Amino acid sequence: MTSPELVCPAGTPAALRTAVDAGADAVYCGFQNATNARNFPGLNFTVPELERSVAYAHAKGTKVLLAMNTYPPAGKQTLWKDAIDTGIRLGVDAFIVADIGVAHYIATKHPAARLHLSVQAAASNPESIRYYCQEFGVKRVVLPRILTVPEIRSLAAEVPCEIETFIFGNHGLMVEGRCSLTNYISGLSTNLDGVCSPAAQVEYIRDAAGNVSTQLGEFTIDCFGCNETAGYPTICKGRYTTPAHDGGYYAFEEPISLNLSPLLPALIDAGVHALKIEGRQRSRAYVKKVVSAFRKAVDDISDGRTAQLADLLALTEGQKETQGAFKSKTWR
Amino acid sequence: MTHQDTTLNRPKTQSTSLLPRLPALPLLPLQPILKRIVRRIGAENPDMFNRLGPHTQARFLIDATNLPFTLLLQPDPKNLSLTAHFRVSPPENDARIAGRFLDLLQLLDSDIDGDALFFSRDLIITGNTEAVVCLRNALDDVDGSIAQMVANMFGPLGRAALARLRRVANKPYLKAPR
Repeated sequence: MTSPELVCPAGTPAALRTAVDAGADAVYCGFQNATNARNFPGLNFTVPELERSVAYAHAKGTKVLLAMNTYPPAGKQTLWKDAIDTGIRLGVDAFIVADIGVAHYIATKHPAARLHLSVQAAASNPESIRYYCQEFGVKRVVLPRILTVPEIRSLAAEVPCEIETFIFGNHGLMVEGRCSLTNYISGLSTNLDGVCSPAAQVEYIRDAAGNVSTQLGEFTIDCFGCNETAGYPTICKGRYTTPAHDGGYYAFEEPISLNLSPLLPALIDAGVHALKIEGRQRSRAYVKKVVSAFRKAVDDISDGRTAQLADLLALTEGQKETQGAFKSKTWR
Repeated sequence: MTHQDTTLNRPKTQSTSLLPRLPALPLLPLQPILKRIVRRIGAENPDMFNRLGPHTQARFLIDATNLPFTLLLQPDPKNLSLTAHFRVSPPENDARIAGRFLDLLQLLDSDIDGDALFFSRDLIITGNTEAVVCLRNALDDVDGSIAQMVANMFGPLGRAALARLRRVANKPYLKAPR
């Protein structure tokens, strides 16, 4: 069985080194600006940091993929172009892009560069994926988390590029790359500014009984009782009161993480070339535990052994995990 | 913003039986030790301040909820400050980071994920969330273990103490169900 590439998150240089040392085949990371979809305070890489990190990764045979997966607003394309030119100069192994203008810039100015299509592009059918391949030379597509394994198998047979799927981490589906929920409250955009629920507008308010309300701007988006697990402060995972339900209701999605460890053999057999772990915003401890666990699992499967995966439940959002649409379209 | 939150009513879910029972000691002798610790860590890891952005003046209340005192950190690279305060008279702060001592130690030991602690409700964040996120990212970008660096400052005794605390922290039977 062909061994897929294990693609791992790196929010800081230390996290990158941790991922490399834990067995990542490739790490993905971004600059400290709006050119990537994890533009969080204190996170990501300066140019000198990325330069040193690329050298570290390459010395150990690990690829570095630069996330360039946001959409430049009108008049601000220079930031993305400069970041791309810098990435080329630093020798990154591929760019992860979503916007066709960004893809066009790389394809025309740096035709030898390798392009991966981000999940943010939400390309989920053979026609759209083939378009990106033909027009921009995309070599790999990161699939939205909305397809079953049989659908991925079918799609893999019809597209002229590699396929990458998420296997662990965030399960925020919405319409990937087109979600504007956070804009309505924060004025900032996941897709244009790279930040969903900006921390500057998040506040946790704890009452005397130990209940914690999550506020984004002026709005309360959840309230966790003192014995309930918590999730990220995103609107899509907020709990709301509606006339149709008694009590608070997760109207869009629940705080829950994707964990496809039971489906790894099926995914590999379906023709998936790369397995992606989400979590650039997470700590080195998360990176070390998750990457190590999946490294061992992938190696076991590739060598014909049954994969023994470490229990990762404690690291999941809300301490709950799902196989989502990969297992069934009716996962909720 | 000034933040005052001194309540923590969540029941303890972890035994402290293997931790030394700390009497209400005078804090004065502790202050120069804390100052030495924080300045050494800062001097050895100057790059971490870059990740704090505009929050180097923020006052972080580090509240190990099963200790009799709290700590106040102000990560100003020009005047790094870490001071101890009696729980009954907590200082004004911009953000509070609260949890059991061993959980906070494991965070500094890079052995546990902060988001996971938050999800399980074992870590409480109030006040300026952005400042806390910056501090978390700054500390997480320090290679190795900050807890180990502190232990090393105190020689064999410090390393032995950390080794014992690590053993206690990693004993699952000490973690009672929620």
